[in-house]
Amino acid sequence: MDLATALAHTLYATLHDVFPIVAVVIGFQVLVLRRPIRNAGKSLIGFVYVLIGLTLFLAGLERALFPLGKLMAYQLTSPNFLGGDPVSTEGLVRWQDYVWVYVFAAAIGFATTLAEPALIAVAVKAQSVSGGTVRVWGLRVAVALGVALGVALGTYRIVTGTPLHYYIIAGYVIVVIQTVFAPRSIIPLAYDSGGVTTSTVTVPLVAALGLGLASTVPGRNVLIDGFGLIAFASLFPIITVMAYAQLSEWWSGRHRPQADSKDNIN
Amino acid sequence: MLSLIRSSIRDLLPIFLVVAFFQFVILRQPIPNMDDLLIGAALVVFGLTFFTRGLEQGLFPIGESIAHAFARKGSLVWLLIFAFALGFGTTIAEPALIAIADEAAKVAAQTGAIESDAASMRNYSRGLRVTVAFSVGVAIVVGVFRILKGWPLHYLIIGGYIGVVLITIFAPPEIIGIAYDSGGVTTSTVTVPMVTALGVGLATSIRGRNPLTDGFGLIAFASLTPMIFVMIYGMFI
Repeated sequence: MDLATALAHTLYATLHDVFPIVAVVIGFQVLVLRRPIRNAGKSLIGFVYVLIGLTLFLAGLERALFPLGKLMAYQLTSPNFLGGDPVSTEGLVRWQDYVWVYVFAAAIGFATTLAEPALIAVAVKAQSVSGGTVRVWGLRVAVALGVALGVALGTYRIVTGTPLHYYIIAGYVIVVIQTVFAPRSIIPLAYDSGGVTTSTVTVPLVAALGLGLASTVPGRNVLIDGFGLIAFASLFPIITVMAYAQLSEWWSGRHRPQADSKDNIN
Repeated sequence: MLSLIRSSIRDLLPIFLVVAFFQFVILRQPIPNMDDLLIGAALVVFGLTFFTRGLEQGLFPIGESIAHAFARKGSLVWLLIFAFALGFGTTIAEPALIAIADEAAKVAAQTGAIESDAASMRNYSRGLRVTVAFSVGVAIVVGVFRILKGWPLHYLIIGGYIGVVLITIFAPPEIIGIAYDSGGVTTSTVTVPMVTALGVGLATSIRGRNPLTDGFGLIAFASLTPMIFVMIYGMFI
């Protein structure tokens, strides 16, 4: 596909995705609120920027990153790369053979999350709302570490074939315990960061990794074991963001012993 | 604009480093189609730059302006209807959800839960999408109601977790992976900024609400309810 066709195609798909939002907003604006939006012209230009930006972004990913990333995911999980027969004499899968897969999962999870536009949006908003106590980069790195940890553990789960819900339920228990101790003001942001991590950049690559792994590891069913990586990637950022807040609270408490550290975060 | 481009490049640099490292050092393969890679990289950088620019200029102001307008109007019913419409409308057309629903239909056909012909798979997948979209609509309604009332988020979310765990016990094992994944994929790149701006805008306009503790949390609901609803869907179909 040449560049112009690809761009037109992506623009159409983006418009299709954005249409319901526009319809709902305009519908309520005209029928219910009956009030003009402040700076309507400027906002509209901004909205067009978002459309253009998303189109270029997705078309670029489709051209550069996705084919290569998916190819790499398949190559790393193929028996050739793993050095012949990954099944030991007892017919068991040795999880140690897949170390590069875990490293790749963590690295690509971390890197794609840093580029995730939805996360940038939430981080920008959080910084402005918190008056700078939550920093854009601090939050984004915390979330990216969570995704890295989650996806790496998720690939380990696919290799070993253990049930998904044990991991997720254990993750919930950690989240609940952390909620008790974390600074109150970070909790909603931490819970939100679970949902924003997995969108345009991360999902296609992580899904390709999961499906590639489930189809090459002996004894795994693609349809049953191939899923679940996204669930890991949405759970672990909650843990790391709360940990980030706990650490920075502890840090500022240590360096300014006079101040009440609980109020610092607000 | 130049500093925006620079920060876009900084955002994207890690991906290229990771890909280059694994391609050259671990897999020891050359990069196929170098031209495509360079053109694509340029598009991605400009795309991200436009997006972040438009975010501050378009999406955030629109979301906040609507939140303020509803707060001034003071009609709870219309606000909740808007919340539902926003959640349902943006989710039903979400491409990631369409892909997941189709996969789920394949699983259901393979395990014999439904007939494995095209028509019943299409029905199953459409039913699943409506279920998820409905659950996201409900999630935004509950989330907006919470902001108005000022309830602490974590009680509701932990309650939701307990719901997920309980339903997992009864749900068919094949649906669990898809149900858990569906929580993460429902919120798209345009929905997230809009919904965040709506929540923060509401919390700012209502007296006694803190935008940081009360304004966030809508996305958390939108990622939790689909898990519950998809497992229930898997149990009854």
